[in-house]
Amino acid sequence: MAELKLMKGNEAIAEAAIRCGCDGYFGYPITPQSEVMETLMARKPWEETGMVVLQAESEVAAINMVYGGAGCGKKVMTSSSSPGVSLKQEGITYIAGAELPCLVVNVVRGGPGLGTIQPAQSDYFQATKGGGHGDYRLIVLAPASVQEMYDFVDLGFELAFKYRNPVQIQSDGVIGQMMEKVTVGEFKPRLTDEEVVKRYGSWATTGKTANRDRNIITSLDLDAYRQEQFNLKLQRKYKEIEEKEVRFEKIACEDADYLLVAYGSSSRICQKAIEIAREKGIKVGLLRPITLFPYPTKAIQAMLGQVKGILAVEMSAGQMVEDVRLAVEGKVKVQHYGRMGGVIPTPNEIVKALEEQIING
Amino acid sequence: MDIKDIIKEENLVYSKTKVLTDNVMHYCPGCTHGVVHKILAEVIDELNIQEKTIGVTPVGCAVLAYNYLHIDWQEAAHGRAPAVATAINRLYPEKYVFTYQGDGDLASIGAAEIIHACNRGEKMLVIFINNGIYGMTGGQMAPTTLEGMPTSTSPYGRDVKMTGQPLKITELIAQLPGTCYVTRQAAHTPAAVRKLKKAITKAFDNTGKKKGTSFIEVVSTCNSGWKLSPVKSNEWMVEHMFPYYPLGDMKDE
Ligand SMILES: Cc1ncc(C[n+]2csc(CCOP(=O)(O)OP(=O)(O)O)c2C)c(N)n1
Ligand code: SF4
Ligand SMILES: [Mg+2]
Repeated sequence: MAELKLMKGNEAIAEAAIRCGCDGYFGYPITPQSEVMETLMARKPWEETGMVVLQAESEVAAINMVYGGAGCGKKVMTSSSSPGVSLKQEGITYIAGAELPCLVVNVVRGGPGLGTIQPAQSDYFQATKGGGHGDYRLIVLAPASVQEMYDFVDLGFELAFKYRNPVQIQSDGVIGQMMEKVTVGEFKPRLTDEEVVKRYGSWATTGKTANRDRNIITSLDLDAYRQEQFNLKLQRKYKEIEEKEVRFEKIACEDADYLLVAYGSSSRICQKAIEIAREKGIKVGLLRPITLFPYPTKAIQAMLGQVKGILAVEMSAGQMVEDVRLAVEGKVKVQHYGRMGGVIPTPNEIVKALEEQIING
Repeated sequence: MDIKDIIKEENLVYSKTKVLTDNVMHYCPGCTHGVVHKILAEVIDELNIQEKTIGVTPVGCAVLAYNYLHIDWQEAAHGRAPAVATAINRLYPEKYVFTYQGDGDLASIGAAEIIHACNRGEKMLVIFINNGIYGMTGGQMAPTTLEGMPTSTSPYGRDVKMTGQPLKITELIAQLPGTCYVTRQAAHTPAAVRKLKKAITKAFDNTGKKKGTSFIEVVSTCNSGWKLSPVKSNEWMVEHMFPYYPLGDMKDE
């Protein structure tokens, strides 16, 4: 039964995993996302649903456990924060290369290096442009509330299995740590082994039975032409994802002369900035990308006849703004405003940046 | 007598196990990998566990092992096979999961993964092919390369002052309470092959009984990397590898 609960973003990830029939979670502690595994360990879902939860020896091991579980056709996931997600890049590119479905959660903190444990959005390039080697893409979902942290676990798995592609929830320390009320869904049972064979037996390593050839999970093909064909197949898949899976939200855009583009916690702050700006008579709206890949390029383009300038607001030195500029193709002014290293911008700062960099700039 | 008179069902004393595919192996003639594959396939066949066995291949010459055994396989990133196998084992406790890894894969880049998988006592079997060299990449020094042994990255012989002593990782693994069976074998003579086959059978049996991790090191040759003929390689292995890596069981619980 659907219930209303008060919880942290990180707890919502754990709760959603249990309730959506996740088979396995493999993780390694790191602030600000340790509550994901802590919640799971306290909840003991192995007693409730049979879900496996394991603290791995490193993020490297955790993501390779995800590879193994996903290769078996199971619904598996991991979560971490920036330094840990850097370590996972090897595994993520292998998962993308082997076309396996899985969910990775990054509760982003400030970098580079060990950086800070405070929130940031400076891993956008890593998530959307391929942090590991090779031409691959993740489907990247950017929650802006604890409810979306919860909802995107199930959505993430759905997309992961639909496209046999890794999905990343790109959150940040604000969303991970803040508490909000969440409507939690009903329990979905985990698939039985027989159901897994039925659905994914054509590719997953469920055990080679007499009625089929052996299944091999690999990203290796030493033949250059076949490897190119495989890459082309991946590109067709990414194109299909770009056509079908773009998600975004528009707020106060109907009469907007100016546009803010922001995702995740920055988009929450931008909503307040819009209120302040509108009190001053500045008609500004917000376009919030929900999917960072595929990016809502067309949605931005559709606003170009209407708005005079766009400010991309991110907690980074300016990463997503590049995708805004690619969409805009120089047709209107695009500027970036951001804070870094764990500093969160205030609504007033954003309004000031809009005035200085766009309206009067 | 015509050959057709000899090749008859009733004269059959040996045949290729059905678990082995008909693919031509890419291994160099004389390489230990092929022999171990054959033994593995035979044991899987004899124990009748083909449908329940999932193998994890390494990065190394055995990366393509999945071409040779008719079972389900996953190909892991370099050194990560024990982590991959851990998840398979946890999610399918009734399956027989094994990793097949070289010395670079297991004892160097994947040292953390193998130690922790063994320490957790994952109910799986590890086949560790120790040929003292990085075969696949063209004969570079491995953590197990013997002192003074020339390789392409230690052309004047391994200098232990610079690189440390060859790593006896199997001895280390035997210390871990998660392991139930740790043994060092070889595959260079019919007698050694029979012993290795017994060890692999026991290890699969342990896996079925969920006893803990079974770990089998196979002291092996890499005639291409060692730049010796297959016969000379076997002699060199007996003379130099066996004294440093003595054969026998280290643990059998
Ligand atoms: C991350 C990474 N680093 C390096 C390599 C290159 N590489 C491929 S195989 C190998 C060594 C394999 O040696 P070993 O494990 O001893 O296997 P063998 O070929 O001797 O059986 C290396 C270094 C790689 N594929 N991936
Ligand atoms: S290079 Fe060495 S390990 Fe690789 S197949 Fe040849 S002999 Fe075997
Ligand atoms: Mg080797």
